[in-house]
Amino acid sequence: MSSSSDSELTVGKPHERPRSHAGAGVRLAAAPPKMRSVNLNFYYGAFQALHDISLDFHTNRITALIGPSGCGKSTFLRTLNRIHETVRHTRVEGRILLDSEDIFQVETTTLRRRIGMVFQKSNPFPKSIADNVAYGPRVNGVRRKTDVEEVVERSLRRAALWEEVKDKLRESAYALSGGQQQRLCIARALAVDPEVLLLDEPCSALDPIATAKIEDLLFDLKDQCTIVIVTHNMQQAARVADYTGFFLLGRLVEFNTTEVIFKTPARKETEDYITGRFG
Amino acid sequence: MVTATQSLRPQAGAGAFWRRLVNGDEVARLVTLAFASTVLLIVAVLVFELFRGSAVARHRFGWAFFVTQNWDPVAEQFGALPFIYGTVVTSAVALLIAVPLSLGAAVFLAELAPQRISDACTFLIELLAAVPSVIYGLMAIFTLVPLLRDYVQPFLGKTLGFLPFFQGPSFGAGYLAAGLILAVMICPFIISISREALFGVPREQREAALALGATQWESTWQVVIPHARLGIIGSVFLALARALGETIAVTMVIGNDPSIRASLFAPGYTIAAVLANEFTEATGELYLDSLVELGLVLFLLTMVINALAQLLVVLTSRRGSAHP
Ligand SMILES: Nc1ncnc2c1ncn2[C@@H]1O[C@H](COP(=O)(O)OP(=O)(O)OP(=O)(O)O)[C@@H](O)[C@H]1O
Ligand SMILES: [Mg+2]
Repeated sequence: MSSSSDSELTVGKPHERPRSHAGAGVRLAAAPPKMRSVNLNFYYGAFQALHDISLDFHTNRITALIGPSGCGKSTFLRTLNRIHETVRHTRVEGRILLDSEDIFQVETTTLRRRIGMVFQKSNPFPKSIADNVAYGPRVNGVRRKTDVEEVVERSLRRAALWEEVKDKLRESAYALSGGQQQRLCIARALAVDPEVLLLDEPCSALDPIATAKIEDLLFDLKDQCTIVIVTHNMQQAARVADYTGFFLLGRLVEFNTTEVIFKTPARKETEDYITGRFG
Repeated sequence: MVTATQSLRPQAGAGAFWRRLVNGDEVARLVTLAFASTVLLIVAVLVFELFRGSAVARHRFGWAFFVTQNWDPVAEQFGALPFIYGTVVTSAVALLIAVPLSLGAAVFLAELAPQRISDACTFLIELLAAVPSVIYGLMAIFTLVPLLRDYVQPFLGKTLGFLPFFQGPSFGAGYLAAGLILAVMICPFIISISREALFGVPREQREAALALGATQWESTWQVVIPHARLGIIGSVFLALARALGETIAVTMVIGNDPSIRASLFAPGYTIAAVLANEFTEATGELYLDSLVELGLVLFLLTMVINALAQLLVVLTSRRGSAHP
C-alpha cells in the first residue's frame, strides 16, 4: 500500500502501463482494498483447482473475473464467502482477508451476511416475492413486520424491480420472468446490506435488455458495496468493471484496470483470449 | 389413423409393426391409455363388487351401520363404528409417532450424514420395509406387548394418567400396541421416500440460504424441507394408506374387542383385523354382507383421507410455490 504513487489516475493514462503480473498482488488504488486473497491454493480432493492466487478487490469498485470455462473463476468466487465448504473434500491454503481480517477466523454466518452472493442460475426460494427478499433479514433477526416490509421495498427498489412487482409481492417468485427472478435474487442478497457482492455469471441466461438492466444496477450499487463479477462476456466486463482479472487453468494470469487489460494487456495469453484467438 | 399409415407403408409385416409401435406416438398413446384405463377399471370393479356384495346389510341397517356400536353376530346386530374408530385411532397413533421420527432420520441421512453411512443406513431401512408383517406381529407379541404391559403403560398411567388416553388397566395388547407396531412398519417408507425428496432439492437452494447468513439448521428447516414438502407429504400418505389397511400385525396385538374406549391401553379392533378374523366363519347372509360393507367402508375411508391429503397439498402450495 505504501507505493501511493500508483493512484487511480493510471486508468486514464494507459501508456504508463502499470506493472502487472500474476501472484504479486497488484495494487492500483490508493484506498486500502476491501478484500484480498493472498497466495490462495484450492483443492478438490487431490485436484488443485487454484494455484497461488493473490489479488485485491478495491472498495466500491467492480472487479470482473474472466477466463475460459473450467479455469477456476467460480471456485475462486466461492471461496470468498466460504460457500465452497458445502462441497465435500475441498481444501484451501492461503489467506483471504476482509478488511484485513482473516475470513477463515470469522463465523460463516457473520461472514456471509457481510458478503452477499448471486448465483449463475437464478435460485429464488419457492416462496412469495416478499418472503424471498425478507429471508436474509429474518434469519439475521429482523422480526418486526414494518421493518421487514421496509427492507423488502428498499431492496426491491435497489434491484430496480420494485415498480414491476409492487402489486404482487404475495405471489410466487416463480411467476416472474428469468430476468426478474435474477433481479429478485440480487434484491434478496442486498436485503442484508452486504459490504461485498459476489456475482457468478448473473446474466448468462438473460437477454440483452435484462442484461443491460442488471449492468445498470451494478453501476448504481457500486457506491454502496464492493462488487466482484464472474463473466464470460467480454463486452460486459469492459462495460461494467473497473478492474479485470484473467484466469487460465487455475492461475491468475493478469490483473489490472479494465482499460489496461482490454487495450494493452501485458501477457500474450490475455490478449489472445480477449481478441478471441484463444483455442 | 392406423389404416392410413398402413396404406402409406405397403411393406407390412412384423418388422413394420414393431417400428410403428416403437416410433408411433399414436400407438404409444393408445397403449398407455389402455394401461391407465385398466387401473381405473380395477377400481371400478372393486367398488362395484363391494357395493353389490353388501346389499343385504345396506338395506337392513342403512346409514345406521356407520354410527352404531353393536357387533353381535348371534343377535345379527352389526354396527361399524368400533372398527372405524379402531382403524382411525391406531393409524393416528402410528403417524404421530412415525412422522417426527422418520423426518428426523431422513434429514440426518440426507443432510448431515456422510454419504457412505447414509447409503448403508438406507439399505438397512429399506430391508425393514421388506420384512413380512406377520414377523412384525410376532415381534410385537413377544417383546412390545410385555414391555408395554409391565413398564410403559404403568409409567404413562402414573405420569399422564390425568388424560383420558392413558387411563385404565394395562393389558399390553390394545390400541397403543397396534399403533406402535404400525409406526415401526411405516417408518421405512417415510424415511426412504423423504430422503429421496430431500436429495432432490437443488444444491442452489441450500447455497442461497447459506449465502444469506443462514445456519445449516435454518437452511434445512426453512428452505430444504419446504422445498421437498410434496415428496414428504406423499410419503406420509403412502404410509397412512399402509397403516389403515395393515391386517395381520394389527390383528395379533390389538386385542380384537369391538368396543370404543378412549384409553389407548384398552383393546380394540380394526376393519382389516375383523375382516381377516371373521370372514371364514361368517355364517348367514347378513353377517357376510356386513363384513363386505366393512370392506367398502375401509375403501371409502382410504379414499376420503387421500382426498383430504390432496386438498391439503393444494391449499398449502397455493401461496408461494408454483412448483414443488
Ligand atoms: N465439485 C467439484 N469437484 C471436483 N472438481 C471440481 C468441482 N467443481 C469444479 N471442479 C473443477 O475445478 C475446475 C474449476 O472449475 P470452476 O467451476 O471454478 O470453473 P469456472 O471457471 O467457473 O468455469 P465456467 O466458466 O464453466 O463456470 C474445473 O477443472 C472443474 O472441473
Ligand atoms: Mg463457473
